[in-house]
Amino acid sequence: MSCCAAGSELLAIGTQAQNQANEVLLASRAIGDGIHQTHLSVPGIHCGGCIQKIEKALGDLRGVERARVNLSTKRVAIDWHSDSAPPPLIETLDALGYESHLHDTIADRKDRAPGELVRSLAVAGFAASNIMLLSVSIWSGADPDTRNVFHWLSALIALPAVAYSGRIFFRSAWSALRHGHTNMDVPISIGVLLAVGMSLYETFERAPHAYFDASVSLLFFLLIGRALDHLMQDRAREAIKGLARLAARGALVVEPSGTRTYLPVDEIRPGMTILLAAGERVPVDLRVMRGRSEIDCSLVSGESLPQPVAEGAVLQAGTLNLAAPLTTVALAAATDSFLAEMIRMMESAEAGRSVYRRVADRAARLYAPMVHLTALLTFAGWMIATGDAHRALTIAIAVLIITCPCALGLAVPMVQVVAARLLFERGIMVKGGAALERLAEIDTVVFDKTGTLSLGEPQLVGSHSIELDKLAQAAAIAAHSRHPYSRALTAVGSALFGQRIELTDIAEHPGSGLEARAEGQIYRLGRPQWALADGAGVSPERRTGRVVLTKNGRLEAMFDFDDRLRTGVRDAVKDLIDRGIAVEILSGDQEDPVRQLALSLGVPYVGRVSPAGKVSHVASLAASGRKVLMVGDGLNDAPALAAAHASMAPASAADVSRNAADLVFLRESLVAVPQAVAIARRAGRLAGQNLWLAVGYNAIAVPIAILGLATPLVAAVAMSTSSVLVVANALRLRQPRQAARSPDTAGTGALVQQLS
Amino acid sequence: MEFLYLVPIALALGAAGLGAFMWSLKSGQYEDLDGAAERILFDDDDRPA
Repeated sequence: MSCCAAGSELLAIGTQAQNQANEVLLASRAIGDGIHQTHLSVPGIHCGGCIQKIEKALGDLRGVERARVNLSTKRVAIDWHSDSAPPPLIETLDALGYESHLHDTIADRKDRAPGELVRSLAVAGFAASNIMLLSVSIWSGADPDTRNVFHWLSALIALPAVAYSGRIFFRSAWSALRHGHTNMDVPISIGVLLAVGMSLYETFERAPHAYFDASVSLLFFLLIGRALDHLMQDRAREAIKGLARLAARGALVVEPSGTRTYLPVDEIRPGMTILLAAGERVPVDLRVMRGRSEIDCSLVSGESLPQPVAEGAVLQAGTLNLAAPLTTVALAAATDSFLAEMIRMMESAEAGRSVYRRVADRAARLYAPMVHLTALLTFAGWMIATGDAHRALTIAIAVLIITCPCALGLAVPMVQVVAARLLFERGIMVKGGAALERLAEIDTVVFDKTGTLSLGEPQLVGSHSIELDKLAQAAAIAAHSRHPYSRALTAVGSALFGQRIELTDIAEHPGSGLEARAEGQIYRLGRPQWALADGAGVSPERRTGRVVLTKNGRLEAMFDFDDRLRTGVRDAVKDLIDRGIAVEILSGDQEDPVRQLALSLGVPYVGRVSPAGKVSHVASLAASGRKVLMVGDGLNDAPALAAAHASMAPASAADVSRNAADLVFLRESLVAVPQAVAIARRAGRLAGQNLWLAVGYNAIAVPIAILGLATPLVAAVAMSTSSVLVVANALRLRQPRQAARSPDTAGTGALVQQLS
Repeated sequence: MEFLYLVPIALALGAAGLGAFMWSLKSGQYEDLDGAAERILFDDDDRPA
């Protein structure tokens, strides 16, 4: 029995290494000359020493051409010769003590917008500063000849700069107009183009006023806003992409002829025989043909205890095989599996959610028609008053320039960038400005239990009441297994390995426990029914998982496990309630554990909810006028995350959920939730203030322009001051006014100081 | 008017700055700012990726 089990263990390890190499191959990209490139995300990189260690170790591997660490993104790019098998990259990093995950290269490199934005920004900055220098000498009273030469020079710089830097706005304005609506880019484009056109005419006419400086610096300020917006989204996206992937990429398929091939998930068809090693995720829905093991469903159903499985059991895609290798048969292709079903539900939930219009867009919808109407009325007024078409047009264009939403374009993005930065320092990633705005509006928080309020990993409870030598004995046996209970035991007991405990004939009995010999005695660590000599009499299955250690069938010690709560759960819930936010628990786990937790937190709960049930619960809350923040991690939460007004997921969440969530928090503490809400609310208030500042600026500047007093100098000064004012107001968000209220200021505050 | 020759010089210097920035952007010098700060301490010859 024991030799047989040891053999299957070996098989499991061998298969796993093979599968890993295959995964490396699947995730790599051919870059020519017989070289493949693989990207690994290594969250543990943090200093120059890491860079050298990793580059040296990977670079010395056979077949590796080059290894390059990127410290900012915590990633390694490895070029390797594809004529041999993939080098053991992940194993090598493991040996160095770095955890690493494969990173899809194919999904990357799609979005080229940031690069274009930064280049446009650079060109606009160059043009704006040089034209400004020329303009200053004009304003300080250059004689007409010099002035005209300078105007020509300005035109020479401004025309290509506007053409290059402005196309981002022109493109967006054009596509909006073509679809029959308007956005912020329409008044910007019209204003800039008219200003440049008029200035050219004035330059030909040797007239005193040209607005090249205003039009280019306008583009410059607006591009700053745009670039900030993009950088914020990029940074969050990068950080989230770097996290562990939890879905299987492929599986080891046994063909009828007996040969084994590693196939990508998409190519698995129903009826194929699949070998599932211990520690592997289930790639598609499977039925067990041979073998016994235990399955961790916490990411899929929210069930917190490992489930024993035997022949005939059905495994849902996304669950984790814990104990022993299984021979299984595929029941469905990837597109019909549980995971795909969740994604479909998520998409329909997302489509059902009302479209959210960002604050700036809402402002623009009011703003654009008003600006154009004002300019038109100004033109008409001056035409009637003076009959001078040239003068009326000049003044109308000056109105357009001065009302150009320079401050408005910066007002919201600037605040959101500062907010994203603050959140980043607290380990929270925001997917974009819209997410932040929605988060500020929420009045109800719905928590998932397993993996969100709790960590989804068992912890030994009451370890102080267990005799130390027995705990050490149990930990020594448990060190030979990957089962979550064994890991929890090892974590507590490994510190106690005083004298080395000699173990022989260790065997894992999947679904039951571990058996080992020491000094001629037989020790068993596992379920009471199996480990105790008279185990049949023990009442089966309690709420918490219970494991016993026996010597020759007699009880030595009992160990109880419970799902560990995240730190800061109580503080987070209390803080949210103090802010006037309703809190609920919505879990797919059994009624009992959910009730216990909900009672101890003093919040309403619903247990045993299906994924569809979660969506309909969130939808019914929304229908009753509540704005829901859904916080969840499992695959079963993904549709509800997409349905909610705003959503948050921990870094340990399933890939799909993490991608569905608006915010992802990386630290263990749940205090991230009230922190994020607080920052989002303050950002919302400041963005509102900024919009009013921009309106106030217009209230002063527009009359001046309508009266025909807006010379290029006035326009330049007015635009710059309003932008500076808005930026300065946004920076007020950094002041830790409310931070004193948040319960973990000691911890986070110190950490933030270290970071910044 | 005798100082007008300074204008093209100023523009040329500005353009040179812009060109240098574009080049550094293109050659990937902003890809890993944190890494660059550490790599300056390494002894072995190293160039940006």
